[in-house]
Amino acid sequence: MKHTLVALVEDKPGVLTRMASLFRRRGFNIESIAVGHSELPNLSRMTIVVNGTASILEQVRKQLGKVVNVVKVADVTDDNITVRELALIKVKATSSTRSEIIEIADIFRANIVDVASDSLTIEITGDEDKVDSLLNLLRSFGVKEVARTGCIAMLRGSTSQLPVEQKPSKTRKERYNLL
Amino acid sequence: MKLTGAQILCEGLVKEGVDIIFGFPGGAVIPLYDTLPQYPQLRHILVRHEQGAAHAADGYARATGKVGVCFATSGPGATNLVTGIANAFLDSVPVIAVTGQVRRDFIGRDAFQETDITGITLPVTKHNYLVMDVNDLAVVIKQAFHLARTGRPGPILIDIPRDVFLEQADFSYPDRVDLPGYRPTLQGHPAQIKKAAKMINEARHPVIIAGRGVNISKAYGELKHLAEMAQIPVVTTLLGIGCFPEEHALSYGMVGMHGMVYANYAIENADVLIAIGMRFDDRVTGKISAFAPHAHIVHIDIDPAEIGKNVRVDVPIVGDVKMVLQALNKQIAPVDHLDWIGQVDDWRREHPSIDIRDDDGLLPQYVVRQIYEITKGQAIIVTGVGQHQMWAAQHYWFNKPNTLISSGGLGAMGFGLPAAFGAQIGCPDAPVWCIDGDGGFQMTIQELGSIAQEQAPVKIAIINNGYLGMVRQWQQLFYKGRYVATPISCPDFVKVAEGYCISALRVKHKEEVIPAIEQAMAYQGPFLIDFMVEPEENVYPMIPPGATVAESIEEPKQPIKAISDSKRLKVSNI
Repeated sequence: MKHTLVALVEDKPGVLTRMASLFRRRGFNIESIAVGHSELPNLSRMTIVVNGTASILEQVRKQLGKVVNVVKVADVTDDNITVRELALIKVKATSSTRSEIIEIADIFRANIVDVASDSLTIEITGDEDKVDSLLNLLRSFGVKEVARTGCIAMLRGSTSQLPVEQKPSKTRKERYNLL
Repeated sequence: MKLTGAQILCEGLVKEGVDIIFGFPGGAVIPLYDTLPQYPQLRHILVRHEQGAAHAADGYARATGKVGVCFATSGPGATNLVTGIANAFLDSVPVIAVTGQVRRDFIGRDAFQETDITGITLPVTKHNYLVMDVNDLAVVIKQAFHLARTGRPGPILIDIPRDVFLEQADFSYPDRVDLPGYRPTLQGHPAQIKKAAKMINEARHPVIIAGRGVNISKAYGELKHLAEMAQIPVVTTLLGIGCFPEEHALSYGMVGMHGMVYANYAIENADVLIAIGMRFDDRVTGKISAFAPHAHIVHIDIDPAEIGKNVRVDVPIVGDVKMVLQALNKQIAPVDHLDWIGQVDDWRREHPSIDIRDDDGLLPQYVVRQIYEITKGQAIIVTGVGQHQMWAAQHYWFNKPNTLISSGGLGAMGFGLPAAFGAQIGCPDAPVWCIDGDGGFQMTIQELGSIAQEQAPVKIAIINNGYLGMVRQWQQLFYKGRYVATPISCPDFVKVAEGYCISALRVKHKEEVIPAIEQAMAYQGPFLIDFMVEPEENVYPMIPPGATVAESIEEPKQPIKAISDSKRLKVSNI
């Protein structure tokens, strides 16, 4: 089963290597990994999608938690979360197919970001399923190139994910329950 | 105050209470070594190979409870440390390894003696640093010591480019660390402790299995209190040996592959297993599905990732063993489990796992037992890895914590001699015995030079059977006796020792054992004894790999045919 882990990590050289090395050593496959600055200075937020059973994921989460540069890590798979991914898709387009492709992109609320004489580049944002669906529809026209960012995730509602200063009792309780 | 990077490092070491450094110089660390004379409180001890420095720092740390420190240069110096660092990682030993690195502007260009040692040691250190700015150095040292000695201890590597040693910076040593991602849980969760106490109070066949965590957390008193109050038999892992006095009535020795049969039976029949500061290594559990099949398991460990990793656990308690036991003991009701203890004692009578058979030959078990008798169980015993290690664990009875120093998790042959050297440097007045095999001894034999130079009074007992004995035993039992690459020739160890100006004796007969050990004990300096033991003696009891307690091998199926002395491989007749 696919799990979404969110980690808050220090911006230190080698953090990504440390985490990636851990996945490799324990034999987990990373589906996607996305890193970028967070709202806090010197901290990045990382969203990792991994495949594995619950017990294996629990072990991964604990091992990640042991990495000194990892400030917090949580498995948010079962939480109420917003998950988004951005993809750029370059698809073959002729004068006869161009309007059909644009129509499909409109239905998905995707943007045309580049037009050439024989191709269109479409930008789409959404969860993985939405990106996959669009991609499947476009395949018949001939997809020339795809670039995907991997998923990023955030809790819905006003609670922020993994605040550093205050430790909410929920997380602590969760930790013991998960053990 | 402006100091150079090398001075900042030395200041930091002094501030952290370091007085001993094991190391080997080289190009990238010359500026560091050049600074050492300014710090006479730091005693540098020269080894003969960097692996020896890492093992010595490890042995020093285990014997003294302090952080062990080792230095090496860049490139080969650093890579030679790796086995020692991995060993400290798997056995949770606080070690700080400082390596030189090529100049910053050379990094990444495959410069002379450049290796990416932070990359190489990433999976075998608790954390590591490449210090690219001399202004970060003081903070890094402070963090490194904090990380090494707190939580679950482990090795930390600090890689410092040559020009960072030379560059100057304002020095002030931080008095606190800021590590937002590192907050070990020390106090156990009260609800879990309550649950554990209830389980223990209701247990009919409880067993405590204690590991190195008890030693690290110095929870000997708490463990003894728990065991005595609730009358619970105590068994230990290899690295837990000594955390509970082995002569205690409730001590049932080591468990696992070469553990006591009765200790393994106790676990097999336990209804509550209290695992304290241990991690269910496969050498302890054997076949996981058959391990402690009737038991509810309470697992106390400071590392949350160890809980539920190998076996299912009913009551997990993350915390420092000492603190958790203090809280737990308050809720334990005094009981006696007379029937249960009587049962385990019956198993002990039926399976006297460590009786030494009466034999005119020179048995390795007999040698270990005599070392125990003559040192009155007060020595620090440091072993290599293999048969002799198991015999030392079985036949020497340890009543004091941290007196068996052995490579457990990594199982690194060659650990014995340098680790014994480190332990002796840390405890100059304690009797330190290195019990090693003839195979492993040859892996780090060069450290005789370090021992001779420092005149460290280490006593060395080589259990010499002319084989890589543990592998030979597996070949005999599980590979139809095909002894591939296990017969090993030895140099004349007595002559080698004498070449290093170390006194030495060879013992070939049983009656010479006691006088030789006594002579070694009476001798002021280092002393080596080459015990020419029965070549094909095996370690029993043994649970074959992946098997269960019921499949324990207690006696050899056929009488062991010993090969005659003349058949030993000798250097001279190859």
